[in-house]
Amino acid sequence: MKRAARLVVFYAGLLGLWTLLAHLKIWPPYLFPTPWGVGEALYAGFQDHSFLIAITVSMRRVLIGYAISVVLGMVLGLGVGSSKFLEETMGGLLVSLQSLPSICWWPLALLWFGLSQNAILFVVIMGSLLSVTLAMEDGRKQMPKIYGMAGRNLGASGFRLFWHVLLPASLPFIVSGLKQGWAFAWRSLITAEMLYLSLGLGQVLMMGRDLNDMSAVIAVMILIIAIGYVIDGVVFKTMERRLQNKWGLSPAS
Amino acid sequence: MSTNAHNLPVQIPLPVDHLSPTRSSRGKAGLATVLRPIRGISAEVPKVALSDICLSYRTQSGERLLALDNINLQVKAGEFLCIVGPSGCGKSTLLHLIAGLHQQTSGQILVDGKRVQGPGTDRILIFQELGLFPWLTVGQNVEFGMKMKGVDRAEREEKTRYYLRLVHLSQFKDSYTHQLSGGMRQRVALARALATEPDVLLMDEPFAALDAQTRDLLHDELERIWAETGRTIIFVTHNVREAIRLGDRVALLTFRPGRVKREFPVNLPRPRVLEDVHVAQAAREILDELREEINRSLEVEYNVGVKPRVPTGVEE
Repeated sequence: MKRAARLVVFYAGLLGLWTLLAHLKIWPPYLFPTPWGVGEALYAGFQDHSFLIAITVSMRRVLIGYAISVVLGMVLGLGVGSSKFLEETMGGLLVSLQSLPSICWWPLALLWFGLSQNAILFVVIMGSLLSVTLAMEDGRKQMPKIYGMAGRNLGASGFRLFWHVLLPASLPFIVSGLKQGWAFAWRSLITAEMLYLSLGLGQVLMMGRDLNDMSAVIAVMILIIAIGYVIDGVVFKTMERRLQNKWGLSPAS
Repeated sequence: MSTNAHNLPVQIPLPVDHLSPTRSSRGKAGLATVLRPIRGISAEVPKVALSDICLSYRTQSGERLLALDNINLQVKAGEFLCIVGPSGCGKSTLLHLIAGLHQQTSGQILVDGKRVQGPGTDRILIFQELGLFPWLTVGQNVEFGMKMKGVDRAEREEKTRYYLRLVHLSQFKDSYTHQLSGGMRQRVALARALATEPDVLLMDEPFAALDAQTRDLLHDELERIWAETGRTIIFVTHNVREAIRLGDRVALLTFRPGRVKREFPVNLPRPRVLEDVHVAQAAREILDELREEINRSLEVEYNVGVKPRVPTGVEE
């Protein structure tokens, strides 16, 4: 209750400051909109369905891209985590590639895939693949060896050993990497969408700029933050909590 | 704890040549009829035969270390063999070799006359750290081996129920392993191993981390389950009394490299009690030999000139 009160006071203060600054008219209203203006833009965007369409398109892209990253990243990470040779050769490359912002792949993606959905997907995958791979590699190493041995001892091998033992055993160690991969995927997607007429949230944001409509720009920014926050706070938090309960790592118990 | 056991007139078991398997007595003559007939049973072919097992590996400093040296052991079907030795004698490693999780440098392991080449569900190892899967419930853990073997769901459920009842954990089927006590987890591991229906059960110091009461209870249960299911058990422990309490025969390994120093048949009627004077008496015999090895291991581990003494009569 106290926490909620503090939060209300904080956000009310923030909104008040914003309103105050807007009303002081230091900058013209089209450059610095009021909270009400942004609220209206949000309302209008949902009224004419443009936001809903943009959200649907963006979510579809990010889910496809992220899913591909997770599958590829797990296979790659497991390989690098299990093989000394791959670790020595590819391990360093993967770490150094991670310092490259995924949008740097955009020119190549355009040449390879043309102005298409696939170019965007490629950038999204390059954004999150490395996080997932490195997390999986790390998880494979941190995972106690006993689980793999116990699995083999009980007759699991090959894919079934991976699916029934190695993957679940490493989940607590890779869940933060999966979360980070998601964050990278989401950012890469919005960046790529801003560069290309694509129907997604990124494009709606750029449209606001083209029309000098800062209310719309900020409205879309709020949407992007909200979606990222909801996925992080609902999907990943639930996953973490369930893992902690199962493994007995939960601080509450 | 100390005893005056050596003053009592007890027949001390004599060591046997470990290459010629001797008949061991279970005390109760009728027990053999309780045993489930085991596939591949034969008077000539031992259930498990280790011949000339050597294992060496390279340490981080690059020198070769001989861990196991020329191990020869034979275990009959339905026999309960205990292996004792100081820590670092390679007794756990020996179980891993039989389980097929590691490969020996030379020599061969035969189970029912067939060469061991990798893990198989005819030999299930219960690890010292158990290796229960924390992401699965107790029931799912027990079911795991059967699932991997492709046993259908109905049969799996039935057997899971059966083996959980056998270890008295029926009402914990849906719990996660971290919710259980150490002794209960131990029993889950036992049920999980048994549910895979192995002919040979390999146990690696399974009760070392338990309190005395729980351990006594599990000794009784293990003995009962062994009699009920007729499995062959190879049980590794550093506790000589535990070995006498449970085993038909006790094999003593030397410290680094591990060799079979002597084998002792245990001719005491079952059920035995850990505190029984006869058990203590039999343990003393082995302990005298073991003490030498423990002293050697302590010398190496502490790497000092002063010889640490192991006080006589002290054993867990």
